[in-house]
Amino acid sequence: MSLTDKDKALIKGFFAKVSSKAVEIGHQTLARTIVVYPQTKVYFSHWKDLGPDSPNIRKHGYTVVKGVLDSVDLIDDLVGGLLELSELHAFRLRIDPANFKILNLNLVVVLGLMFPDDFTPQVHVSVDKYLALICLALCEKYR
Amino acid sequence: MVEWTEFERDTIKDIFSKIDYDVVGPAALTRCLVVYPWTRRYFGNFGALYNAEAIMGNEMVANHGKKVLHGLDRAVKNMDHIKESYCELSQLHSDQFHVDPDNFRLLADCLAIAIATQWGSAFTPDIQAAFQKFLSVVVFSLGSQYH
Repeated sequence: MSLTDKDKALIKGFFAKVSSKAVEIGHQTLARTIVVYPQTKVYFSHWKDLGPDSPNIRKHGYTVVKGVLDSVDLIDDLVGGLLELSELHAFRLRIDPANFKILNLNLVVVLGLMFPDDFTPQVHVSVDKYLALICLALCEKYR
Repeated sequence: MVEWTEFERDTIKDIFSKIDYDVVGPAALTRCLVVYPWTRRYFGNFGALYNAEAIMGNEMVANHGKKVLHGLDRAVKNMDHIKESYCELSQLHSDQFHVDPDNFRLLADCLAIAIATQWGSAFTPDIQAAFQKFLSVVVFSLGSQYH
């Protein structure tokens, strides 16, 4: 499911609109991932506070979502562009790749919640494809 | 048997008493057919489904979306016996409609997003968790009679 030119245009246009809210998007995405899928807490056992208003959650949510938004610049070669991040996730963080899909779902819920008029079904399908490709790129070095 | 907290029971009843079925049902099914195009295979007699615009303007899709959302009413009314409530419907989806049960999960995700677009920040993380738990029980129940 590769990205067409139309997909890329929709993704770039939508992300340009929403990037100023990256802090809030990131915060909400990670908070919801942890609340709705509590098994994801295992990756944050080094933080005492995992409540939705935790400063760690806010900061880390931003880090993750910024990565997703910034990767738009690598859209023509996500695997190559995300090699280092893939190594980080594979060898150091060792996050089960199933969790990438969980995060993606919560990101999409937050985008729909915060931008109901812009996150149309047409934009949604392109973004969904993009997020799936980011998953694949992050998995590249896993085995 | 699924265990529900008081918050979860209240939340589910609250959601379904407040949502506009005529908006959320069509929005969810439309989004599912657009975002996961392979789901269109089950609606061959619905006429024009070849692109997002066609789907979004399709009256049969809209009507079916309302019907599917009302299909959740029995679970809302009977939260302690959801699996039993869906025995017949599960058989129907398996034996007559031949729907891949993974598609129920996709539609459930689209339902969560449809409500999120309607409610905005009122769709809090705790409410989202209760709603998704509820939907996952329905999804499981709909798949339970497949053989």
